[in-house]
Amino acid sequence: MTKQQANWSPYDNNGGSCVAIAGADYCVIAADTRMSTGYNILTRDYSKICKLADKCVMASSGFQADVRALQKVLAARHLIYQHQHNKQMSCPAMGQLLSNTLYYKRFFPYYSFNVLGGLDNEGKGCVFTYDAVGSYERVGYSSQGSGSTLIMPFLDNQLKSPSPLLLPAQDAVTPLSESEAIDLVKTCFASATERDIYTGDKLEIVILNADGIRREYMELRKD
Amino acid sequence: MNLVDSTQVNSTLLSSETASSERTLYPYVTGTSVIGIKYKDGILMAADMGASYGSTLRYKSVERLKPVGKHSLLGASGEISDFQEILRYLDELILYDNMWDDGNSLGPKEVHNYLTRVMYNRRNKFNPLWNSLILGGIKNGQKYLGMVSMIGVHFEDNHVATGFGNHLARPILRDEWNENLSFEDGVKLLEKCMRVLLYRDRSAVNKIQIAKITEEGFTTYPPYALKTFWNFSAFENPTVGAEGSW
Repeated sequence: MTKQQANWSPYDNNGGSCVAIAGADYCVIAADTRMSTGYNILTRDYSKICKLADKCVMASSGFQADVRALQKVLAARHLIYQHQHNKQMSCPAMGQLLSNTLYYKRFFPYYSFNVLGGLDNEGKGCVFTYDAVGSYERVGYSSQGSGSTLIMPFLDNQLKSPSPLLLPAQDAVTPLSESEAIDLVKTCFASATERDIYTGDKLEIVILNADGIRREYMELRKD
Repeated sequence: MNLVDSTQVNSTLLSSETASSERTLYPYVTGTSVIGIKYKDGILMAADMGASYGSTLRYKSVERLKPVGKHSLLGASGEISDFQEILRYLDELILYDNMWDDGNSLGPKEVHNYLTRVMYNRRNKFNPLWNSLILGGIKNGQKYLGMVSMIGVHFEDNHVATGFGNHLARPILRDEWNENLSFEDGVKLLEKCMRVLLYRDRSAVNKIQIAKITEEGFTTYPPYALKTFWNFSAFENPTVGAEGSW
């Protein structure tokens, strides 16, 4: 007879989608607030967005327990950085730290899919996109998580970023204004929610610009 | 059983791995769903008192709702022995906190966070505590209700449920729960959920316990049975027309 008992996996997929868009003087980071396991919704109001530094915000989906562990490691490392350098970490520096932190657990990975958004040292919007083991790239916009297969091609179509193969290298930031970018993000999630069962309930949008940090919310389908 | 033997072979090769022969590879005695809700004055929880040994109903008077410190209430489903170990951890935590003698005490938020770290740490060692835990409480007028799973997934909500409760009780709670439930209405709502679970969850038993925690402290009520009705015509002769059945 085959084994007939409960078994366990150290991983789960709690779903969720994340998007970030960089502009000339702003950055928009967004994620839904649904947390699921299998066909169950665990809660409709769990924030996947974490502020890591003054000008640096991370949105993460995947396995919630790993995501929270990762956030705690980054928060602790950033606290040490502040004590040693008496300043906030820049977004590109946090980008490298996140990559190293993920790769450190290369052979028992954090099952988390992240986008990091913020402003670089010139005040320009920047987005870094990752896989679970830490390979990363600076881009103009990106999407991660369960709805990324629906959102990413839509962003490609709307934003038409210059090819990274072009020489000399072209600037990756999008030509949109801040409010246009926010509208685009809302449209992305409204559409992804229609087809992805792991995306929905509520959209949380974080906007970073020269004035500081701002949050907006939009209701999404709850089915 | 083969798994246990092979780890013992390993332990002779790697002497530091001796503890690995004590991993829970699957649960033995398990409790089923627990439900928790916020209500007007605090937190209410309900659980039945059965504990199953596989599919055998082995124990019929197991308390799965326990107070933790002055402000918190813990409900557990899953492996009963692991739950009892968690209670020992918490006893120590509360004792050592008390020994500071500074008038401070751990609230539900702190206890929940501690449980979260314990559960995640054990999954990282591939030696999980086989439980889904619900932690509720109230401190300084702040109500708190959260959940932790075996692998460390955790969240807060106005109402939570483990196991089958997630499928059967939470849809009812989403429909009928509201912030200002009185104690009586809260108990009625929990009973409605527990009754559905009793009818549809084979490991549920008709001996339930309700506990509450308010600013005044922890109260548990004597176990009792829910009224049930089995005389629906569909129940009368369930195998009629089923060829080859008895």
